[in-house]
Amino acid sequence: MGIDRRKFLKVAGVAALGLASGSSKQLLARGSSESTTAGKPAVGKRWAMVIDLKKCQQAENCTKCVDACHKFHNVPEFDNPKDEIKWIWKEPFEHAFHNQEHEYAKEELKHSLALLLCNHCDSPPCVKVCPTQATWKRQNDGIVMMDWHRCIGCRYCVAACPYGSRSFNWRDPRPFIEEMHDDFPTRSRGVVEKCTFCEERLARGQMPACVEACKEKALVFGDLEDPNSEIRKVLGANFTIRRRPELGTKPEVYYLV
Amino acid sequence: MLEKALSGDRRYWGWLLFLSAVIFVGFLFYLKQFTEGLTITGLNRDVTWGFYIAQFTFLVGVAASAVMVVLPYYLHNYKAFGKITILGEFLAIGSVIMCMTFVFVDMGQPLRIMNVFRFPTLHSLMFWDTVALGGYLVLNVVISQVTLNAERKAIAPPGWIKPIIILSIPWAVSIHTVTAFLYSGLAARPFWMTAILAPRFLASAFSAGPALLILFCFLLRKFTKFDAGREPIQKLALIVTYAMAVNVFFILMELFTALYSDIPHHVLHFQYLFFGLDGKATLVPWMWVSVTLAVISLVLLIVPATRRKETTLGFACAALFTAIWIEKGLGMVVTGFVPNPIGVVTEYFPTFPEVMIGVGVYGIGLLIITVLYKIALSVRGDVSH
Repeated sequence: MGIDRRKFLKVAGVAALGLASGSSKQLLARGSSESTTAGKPAVGKRWAMVIDLKKCQQAENCTKCVDACHKFHNVPEFDNPKDEIKWIWKEPFEHAFHNQEHEYAKEELKHSLALLLCNHCDSPPCVKVCPTQATWKRQNDGIVMMDWHRCIGCRYCVAACPYGSRSFNWRDPRPFIEEMHDDFPTRSRGVVEKCTFCEERLARGQMPACVEACKEKALVFGDLEDPNSEIRKVLGANFTIRRRPELGTKPEVYYLV
Repeated sequence: MLEKALSGDRRYWGWLLFLSAVIFVGFLFYLKQFTEGLTITGLNRDVTWGFYIAQFTFLVGVAASAVMVVLPYYLHNYKAFGKITILGEFLAIGSVIMCMTFVFVDMGQPLRIMNVFRFPTLHSLMFWDTVALGGYLVLNVVISQVTLNAERKAIAPPGWIKPIIILSIPWAVSIHTVTAFLYSGLAARPFWMTAILAPRFLASAFSAGPALLILFCFLLRKFTKFDAGREPIQKLALIVTYAMAVNVFFILMELFTALYSDIPHHVLHFQYLFFGLDGKATLVPWMWVSVTLAVISLVLLIVPATRRKETTLGFACAALFTAIWIEKGLGMVVTGFVPNPIGVVTEYFPTFPEVMIGVGVYGIGLLIITVLYKIALSVRGDVSH
């Protein structure tokens, strides 16, 4: 039954996209600058991301990726940290990798900010604990998905996530969305949300919004199963770290430090 | 048998009226939460479970503790518990209903609660906890109904109830074990990820629950003709003493492992709990009150003279219950989130509306327990002075 509904939602989403595309100039503008052709899905067997912290640091105080993501996904902006919702954000290095920092580290590293988002773990603890399968790992490409219509808001997934990647809608988010983006659903009060690796954009052959927004090309997104992909080349040629790999969650966001 | 609850003196109705008022006030605050969302609580992005889930956890223990009267009475045929076993079972029923209500008020989308059964998920401990609690409620309703009915007719209970009663014993242990597994299986939260969490839960439950039962027996003797008798209360006091000693021992073991190994992930939570972290120390005074009360109660219980004397026993039970309530109903759940997985300290304390909703839920439980106790006492002709 759940699968049926998901299928239905997919179809409905595509239909809605067709209707909405006329009104969304911004999307069209973005789409045309893409190398991939909009409409043809990007196919990957195991999506993953590399974040190059050095390149990211080149543009100090840059929040282009965060802004793009939050704007695209109708993430509300609250003026208090208590109700805060975030899909992707910057955190001091010592917090992001708080078991790997030491006081004699390079100054620039100590004061650097790391970009955090859902790690789309290969062995996601949030999926294991969810009592309604409202969050699940998509078998064909590894994306950890969310069904906002099924989530009961128990927040067990939030407790289980070792990365703080999940946010709960403590109140109705809609009045706090600065500029409504019609191509993406808003959420209701009382459900958990997080980054979905822009699966809706991938389905249209577009890169995730954050990747596209980064002018420094600090974010590399691609398919780990494809040995010729850029991400595999970056991972094969550089030393990268992941957040808390010792927990066995197999996070799929890698960091070049 | 329910008609027995419909006749009573002024004091009985006055108490029920008072509880109804409390429940009504709680309900009004819940309506506020229902329309505005959980934003009216003190919960935040870092501390996502608080007062409600902690009360749920604490009350699962109270519910499970009924086994401390059921087991001696039915398995070891310890006759002295004959009068109070039904009180233990009714306390369990009231507590399980409070547990379920606390989980319900904690839900972000309460109207979707049936999704847990529509999409049963075997790899989620929350599913199993729902099954365990629901089953325990059914078991206790059936057992208490059948045995009390037999008692009213002055006949022996039917034979088929015996295996069900035996089943209820491991089932009681299971509800608190599965509740501990909700926490202890999370790699993200080192404060909870300890194999001794389930044993700790059971030990604290088997001391706090019977302590509450002793207090209820004292109250019933004061306000009704019911007298549990000296022997069962003293036996309960002994159970409370052993369970509390084991509970304190377990906590000390936990502290040793965390502090001697000195792994920051484990130490920081205890540091926050007892001394504060980054200048944030909301729970510190509470925890020291808890520690003090725990020590006082344990001393009063271990010394035979103070355990045998009813005034000091009553005080010890109240102190013990409060100590464990603070530790489990306030500290245990919240501290799992402080500091958060990236080392940031964000504090939590329940808001007034949140506490009022909780008080309302306790009102529901007390109302149920009052009515059930009234029925039990009426069947035995022990109602009023």
